[in-house]
Amino acid sequence: MNGKSMRRAAFVLLSACFIGAGCVTINIYFPAAAAEKAADRIIDEVWQLKGGATVPAVKPETK
Amino acid sequence: MMKLWRMFETLVTMVMMAAVIGASPAVAQANLEINTPGVAALQASMQKRHGELAPLYASGAVGLTRDGNVALRDPAAVPLAQRATANGLVAAENQDRAALYREIARANNHPEWEGDIRNTFAQRWIDRAQSGWYYQSAAGAWVRK
Repeated sequence: MNGKSMRRAAFVLLSACFIGAGCVTINIYFPAAAAEKAADRIIDEVWQLKGGATVPAVKPETK
Repeated sequence: MMKLWRMFETLVTMVMMAAVIGASPAVAQANLEINTPGVAALQASMQKRHGELAPLYASGAVGLTRDGNVALRDPAAVPLAQRATANGLVAAENQDRAALYREIARANNHPEWEGDIRNTFAQRWIDRAQSGWYYQSAAGAWVRK
């Protein structure tokens, strides 16, 4: 194996690593909207709000 | 030339594999899994307790904290004879809430989401609380809704 093909192999391997890392990064994002929906469904049950006057999801003013 | 082509093939295969691995959980993220026996049990336990907690929220004795818990913010609002009961209700509720946040994170195969789930709940408990109930602002002050 000469130096040129070694370098090419290293380049391919590195590219694959970066692409792989990029995809993994997407997975660890916390799904905030889905979590809010799940929270609302549980709060509906715990506080028995179903059918009654429900407060629409509003953008939190504090955070 | 042949070697270069084989390398290109390998790279394309890797990209495709990475895309498949990366895409499937992203689709699953459209909804968070909450239909587990653990979540159902905690939900039922909290729903039952709410009957006793509701008057305490209304009187302002118990408030919703900024970290997704409840707290006895004004013990004087509870008659002395019932104060121990109120303390017990608050402790039991917080235990269930912690278990709920942990269970949802675990059910979605991301135990590290527990804190984010807690924060999401904290905001939604407060947003959906009835007027007259007390909650803790981001700065930590008690506010009457």
